[in-house]
Amino acid sequence: MVSLKELKKGFFTSLWFVFLTFPIVVIKVDPIERTVMWRWQNALYMAAGTFCVYLLVKYFQNRKENQSSNENKAQTSSLIHRALQKPLQRNILFGVVATFAILFPHLFSTYQTNVMTTALMYVVLGLGLNIVVGLAGLLDLGFVAFYAVGAYSYALLNLHFGLGFWTVLPIGGLLAATFGILLGFPVLRLRGDYLAIVTLGFGEIIRLILENWGEFSKGPSGISNISRPGFFGMGLNLEQSIHYTYYLMILFVIVTIFVVNRLQDSRLGRAWIALREDEIACQAMGIDKRKTKLVAFSLGAFWAGIVGVMFAAKTTFINPASFTFLESAIILSIVVLGGMGSIIGVLLGALILILMPEYLRALSEYRMLAFGAILVCMMVFRPQGLISNIRRTYKFEKKTN
Amino acid sequence: MDYFIELLFSGLTRGSIYALIALGYTMVYGIIGLINFAHGEIYMIGAFTAFIVATVLSIYGFPLLAIVIIAGVAAVLWSSAYGYTIEKIAYKPLRHAPRLSPLISAIGMSIFLQNYVLLAQTSDFLPFPMLIPDFEFMEPIAHIIGSTDLVILVTTVIVMVLLTLVIKFTRIGKAMRATAQDRTMATLVGINVNNVISATFIVGSALAAIGGLLIASHIGQINFYIGFIAGIKAFTAAVLGGIGSIPGAVLGSLVLGLTESFATGYVSSDYEDVFAFSLLVMILIFKPSGLLGKATNQKV
Repeated sequence: MVSLKELKKGFFTSLWFVFLTFPIVVIKVDPIERTVMWRWQNALYMAAGTFCVYLLVKYFQNRKENQSSNENKAQTSSLIHRALQKPLQRNILFGVVATFAILFPHLFSTYQTNVMTTALMYVVLGLGLNIVVGLAGLLDLGFVAFYAVGAYSYALLNLHFGLGFWTVLPIGGLLAATFGILLGFPVLRLRGDYLAIVTLGFGEIIRLILENWGEFSKGPSGISNISRPGFFGMGLNLEQSIHYTYYLMILFVIVTIFVVNRLQDSRLGRAWIALREDEIACQAMGIDKRKTKLVAFSLGAFWAGIVGVMFAAKTTFINPASFTFLESAIILSIVVLGGMGSIIGVLLGALILILMPEYLRALSEYRMLAFGAILVCMMVFRPQGLISNIRRTYKFEKKTN
Repeated sequence: MDYFIELLFSGLTRGSIYALIALGYTMVYGIIGLINFAHGEIYMIGAFTAFIVATVLSIYGFPLLAIVIIAGVAAVLWSSAYGYTIEKIAYKPLRHAPRLSPLISAIGMSIFLQNYVLLAQTSDFLPFPMLIPDFEFMEPIAHIIGSTDLVILVTTVIVMVLLTLVIKFTRIGKAMRATAQDRTMATLVGINVNNVISATFIVGSALAAIGGLLIASHIGQINFYIGFIAGIKAFTAAVLGGIGSIPGAVLGSLVLGLTESFATGYVSSDYEDVFAFSLLVMILIFKPSGLLGKATNQKV
């Protein structure tokens, strides 16, 4: 439990936070009307809130210390993995999830289906970024640029040449992958944190160009009336086309999971993990650093491009405001929350982060605040994410006759 | 020619503001090797605190000089407090974690602080009160350099000199340099590294607050998002000069400020930010160690 000393410390911590947040939280001025609003009740909330959070953190820290750490930790973290290892349980779980996914549009309204489609798009985006950040350990803060490349390539090709969704889908993906390589080449030599900033700069450059180069991209007003995905030339009404987009997205998610899963265990995937763990040792083992990094960049970008095309086709309208740094941050939070490198983690992370704000409308203002807090808390308390990735291990077992 | 000089001074003004922010990045990076992504937000909070305090005081009818001094002190005080607290919450527990962890934590902190100010205050642009009056003696050259620009330049120079003195001659300055060179060794000779790191955050945040106060009175309006772009640009400046190097940060900031000023003046103002980011990408590709930085080989 919490000792008296900690209570006292908690008291002072909350006092400190009241002081810290005083000007911004308590005072609100209106410079035009020239009035001051003193919101004293906020200081009280802040004090109470900080005190509770402090005690909670202390309580969990104490409990963690008291536990005979290793055993329990291993058990709780691998609950899902253990469930997946048993074939029966796994099949039941997959069956339930699959039935739910197939029936979803018929059980819920088109609005819900739309929201779910968006969440699924973030799953694919998360899985794409997961290759770059989770597996290869290259922090990419400009991931949204590739997403934008995909979206704009469909929008522009559709606008000028009337190309359909299925034609542009691979083109958009490949274009994004090309951009990935273009970005990858110059930044190969950079270390983690420099890389993060350059990718961020790259993402912003793409957005600013889209915003300012009016003749090319129609500027901030964006491009509207993009065709929805076609289905063998059949005309679909709005509801049908929403359902169709949903099922397409499910298909994409399955394909992506399959590919990423296969990649993870391939020679390339193991090279990425090695690169993440130690670049020098990795090179010493004869892995071509340049090639491995470039492939990671372009593959990650490829998925972003595909989802970009999908996004443009789903919303039928895009403008540069959809591709801000915040978007990159959301995708990154998905990967970090879920657990870097873990596919189920990313799946879960995307569903939590995208669906939660939709259903907790009252809290939607606090959404970005929560994203920020999640990133910090996850790093401090649970760096491995909700579901940590388990490295494949091989055990030597003696045959007993 | 007048246009050229005007651009030159506006570039220098921008550069000095960037320098005040960039110093925070470079000092923190020099000591714990972390890009303090939330630094731009500290600067924003400094500007906001100054805005709130100054507006409250002016409503209650304080004289201008008192407003400037109290608002400045408040901005510095609260920004430093934020810097100190952020380090304790988001970075200190991660000191031995893999390199990416503190960076992600810093990004999270930055998003958190932006939205905290957005929720507690407003998302609108707020008019910043006129803190710096138009001096009479500046009248003849007012079309080339405004009074605010002059105040910014002078303040920056004073702050730089003070900072140099602190780092060169005081006890804490020496401890900072020692910690930057070798943290383990610094611990061995009896330096309390935790205190030094806290002090670095406090000094960096105070500088950012001064920058925030100055630029807010220069531009005349603020909102919760100003920290992001300013932070990125100041970071660009720090990298340009060679991250970890204090004179480098100042030089880099001036180069960046002048580049931006001339590029927007002679080419196009739409692409102001593109110039800055392109410059950053170029430097990192061709000279990753920056103008004054030392190239270090990675040791195993």
